[in-house]
Amino acid sequence: MNIQSDCKYTKSHEWVKDLGAGCALIGLDDYAQDQLSELVFVNLPEVGDAVTAGESFCDVESVKAVSDVFSGVTGEIAEVNEELADNPQKINEDPFGAWIVKVANITAYGDLMDATEYKAYCETL
Amino acid sequence: MKLIFESGASGRGCSVLPECDVPVFSLPESMRREKAPNLPQLSENDISRHYTALAGRTHGVNNGFYPLGSCTMKYNPKINEEMAALPGFSSIHPLQPEHTVQGAMEVLYQTEKALCEITGMDGMTFQPAAGAHGEFTGLLLIKAYHKHRGDSKRTKIIVPDSAHGTNPASAAMAGFTVVSIPSQEDGCVDLEKLRAAVGEDTAGLMLTNPNTVGLFDKNILEITKIVHDAGGLNYYDGANLNAVMGISRPGDMGFDVVHLNLHKTFSTPHGGGGPGSGPVGCKALLADFLPGPVVKEEQGQYRFHTPEHSIGRVKSFYGNFAVVVKALTYILTLGAEGIREASQNAVLNANYMMKKLCDLYTMAYDERCMHEFVMSLEPLKKETGISAMDIAKGLLDNGIHPPTMYFPLIVHEALMVEPTETESKETLDEAIEVFRSLYETAKTDPQALHDAPHHTPVRRLDEVGAARNPKLRYSFE
Amino acid sequence: MGSYVPSTREQRQEMLKAVGVASFEELYADVPESMRLKEGALNLPDGMSEMEIMARMKSMAGKNKVFTSIFRGAGSYNHYIPSIVKRVTAKEEFVTAYTPYQAEISQGVLQSIFEYQTMICELTGMEVSNASVYDGATAAAEAVAMCRDRKRTKALISAAAHPDLIQTVKTYCEGSNTPVEIIPAKDGKTDLDALSAMLDDSVCCVLIQQPNYFGQLENADQAGVIAHEAGAKYIMSCNPISLGMIKTPAESGADIAVGEGQPLGLSLSFGGPYLGFMACTNALVRKIPGRIVGETTDVDGKRAYVLTLQAREQHIRREKASSNICSNQALCALTASVYLAAMGTKGLQQAAEQSFAKAHYFAAEMAKIPGCELRFSGEFFHEFVTSCPDVPKVMAALEAQGILGGLPLGGELSGCVLWCATEQNSKEEIDRAIAVIKEVCGA
Repeated sequence: MNIQSDCKYTKSHEWVKDLGAGCALIGLDDYAQDQLSELVFVNLPEVGDAVTAGESFCDVESVKAVSDVFSGVTGEIAEVNEELADNPQKINEDPFGAWIVKVANITAYGDLMDATEYKAYCETL
Repeated sequence: MKLIFESGASGRGCSVLPECDVPVFSLPESMRREKAPNLPQLSENDISRHYTALAGRTHGVNNGFYPLGSCTMKYNPKINEEMAALPGFSSIHPLQPEHTVQGAMEVLYQTEKALCEITGMDGMTFQPAAGAHGEFTGLLLIKAYHKHRGDSKRTKIIVPDSAHGTNPASAAMAGFTVVSIPSQEDGCVDLEKLRAAVGEDTAGLMLTNPNTVGLFDKNILEITKIVHDAGGLNYYDGANLNAVMGISRPGDMGFDVVHLNLHKTFSTPHGGGGPGSGPVGCKALLADFLPGPVVKEEQGQYRFHTPEHSIGRVKSFYGNFAVVVKALTYILTLGAEGIREASQNAVLNANYMMKKLCDLYTMAYDERCMHEFVMSLEPLKKETGISAMDIAKGLLDNGIHPPTMYFPLIVHEALMVEPTETESKETLDEAIEVFRSLYETAKTDPQALHDAPHHTPVRRLDEVGAARNPKLRYSFE
Repeated sequence: MGSYVPSTREQRQEMLKAVGVASFEELYADVPESMRLKEGALNLPDGMSEMEIMARMKSMAGKNKVFTSIFRGAGSYNHYIPSIVKRVTAKEEFVTAYTPYQAEISQGVLQSIFEYQTMICELTGMEVSNASVYDGATAAAEAVAMCRDRKRTKALISAAAHPDLIQTVKTYCEGSNTPVEIIPAKDGKTDLDALSAMLDDSVCCVLIQQPNYFGQLENADQAGVIAHEAGAKYIMSCNPISLGMIKTPAESGADIAVGEGQPLGLSLSFGGPYLGFMACTNALVRKIPGRIVGETTDVDGKRAYVLTLQAREQHIRREKASSNICSNQALCALTASVYLAAMGTKGLQQAAEQSFAKAHYFAAEMAKIPGCELRFSGEFFHEFVTSCPDVPKVMAALEAQGILGGLPLGGELSGCVLWCATEQNSKEEIDRAIAVIKEVCGA
């Protein structure tokens, strides 16, 4: 399982990549995409939506299930990856490349683990 | 096989209507449709063959054993169909004057009486067209009841995590917040968790008994009391009534409102996914809130009446009347004794099958079951890689419709089996043999099951592709 | 006692033994004594043999009057049903199958739904159709739910829609806390000036019925323009037979088209089961409730059909589903498909044109009778409202001749009647009805 060292991770298997200046990208990591299996749709949120650390801000669908995606930060959605609307499978193919949202004006961070801590956490599951 | 649009020829058709015998009146061009609809151009022979071919690719209760848990696929008596088709029932307009439809009103009245007797309720509406529709209606009754008492704090409905998906969805639609409580190991309601969940904000509890894993919850009186004591009401999901009709009544268990699935328990056919009927019965304390109109009887005459504080309509007219005719025909056929006999044998057949399979398959709950039982394929999957899905596909090759898969959610790799009372012992024994031989195949030749089905017209469909790139209609281009 | 339980007494004993119990009683050991019914406790009549049932039900059916001539519509229409429709929908496989969750052995049902969806798209001009919902009224309510979002929650519904539709929408909206306002009618049609005044950025949708409850043809295009200008979605509830002739919802700019499909081959059946169709633009496909069938391929590359986009539905989303709907009206949808196949484009156009013509002939003849003028001035499809000098007397006189007259209206339209004619009403029938009405009115 792929764990990139330049990201932080949530317990719910999202990655958060700090872009500096109070911005970050959020996506689903390799563990998540493997658990969810083939994604068929991403219910993208809207630019301007507020996100709160630890709370769900959108969901993704596979054929037989729906899963919430949780934010690792508190802030405002500045950009949404529109490409996922027609190509949800990008999350399966390239989970770290297929960012879901860019959050700006970050005021707080949730409980995030670094790559090492996250790897250890995954081994307990 | 061709789609109906891929057959036929330009200019071909049936001659159904005569020439118009009144003068032509014209409609302004601007109000006319610009593009004509593209409908099939077929002879009656073409149409007949097309649908015969489609029927040949359809599997109904009439074709074979259909042990679909929670759906009660019992035999659909032919007389039901004939009675619903009588011109006196099928050719009457819903808005005819009451004195010209006393027979139809009698059907509604008599069925209400019989179903209230069976469920222990005091009033009923036939407006809801299906179980989920009934749930929505019943929850609105609860909502109206609390509002009428001036109690606006009751915003929550408690739903066990073993419940059918329609339960929380209906509660959300009715404007409630859903509180999900985890079930015990045996699938029954955890009394401690329930006590912790109820409070001043509890509008009610939704439950089915027997529950969705096929067990009768022994604590039912305690459960309904806990909710009543907290000021809430109890809603009974009647999907599993086939286990206890004539044996026990939801009204006696402490339920205030119930819905029934006539297309499950009362033998009206499923039709490939409808039409069903989901009448809602309630105790007197909720009767004033029922959707109107309902049928009342006064000095031998039937008349329509809208309850004083009715929540309003949930559908046009009176509900799926023809389905009610079928249910009444069935109830009158069975009578008090037959209703009891149906439930008893539904339970016997399920226990028999479970007993004959429990040495091989892991039963989710190792006790006596009611009208259905749940197997978990998780141990078999760990050992051989064969999942519930694979066993289901294997059954398809044997002409048996698979049981319900992956429900309830609290059992992993679940297969829920409900034989019903209308299957003979021979059919059960044959099915048991098939299940047993599939188990052997899982152990000795798992690949055969991974590749199953082998004998169906199509095999292992690409559902991911269907959802990613939806193609939802035929394209004429 | 009638019974469908095949196992014999001996077999039951065998099975009880195999299970390890002595009696049926023991199987119910978990049911507390206090709530166990004794044998014979159910206060229901004894069961009957098939012959007795036949007589009993026939007697009940016999208490209903079957009219030979029907001039009443108001949401339930007496159209001609081709014989093939009933034969096909009586096929045991279609009648006794369940929902096609196991796609491999349900291709028949799935393909028939795919064909139905296509036909509804052709009829309405819309891009996507679902597999149907309970009826036209609940379809309208579900359509309103599709339009709500976080900022826009108010629904505007035309006063000229069917009262049952309005009431059903109100009940559903009460559940979801959606405010509903009724757009007033003027001269039997939706008052578009009033509509403009009611629109603001809290409105999520505008619903018009076409033709409306009074039979009048609405200015559907204009209503759509006004709705869209205000950022609201446009829902049209339409009559499927009329779509053989009049402008489609798609051509009128609708986002969602719904309607009552009963006219498409379903019997009057005292109000049900009927058929709610729902169709929408591609943009709304993930919001449409209910089952949808999609085309795909199987492992061998063969074309196949499957229930798809299931992640919208209650069995997956549970309390987050936009609708709780589980079943559709499959057999009714099949009925509509067979009807449309048997009629074809030409037949549907004929049914529409003839219904239109017969209603206009009827109205013209009636207008010649003093006191029976047309109430509204606009164009109508196959229903129209007239005043009537003595409603009860007219209805009784018609009834005596086996004719079901139009629907007496109430409220502001007390003393008026909503008449309907379809292709089934011959000129002779219409003339006979006119003669009866004439006589009663002393003309």
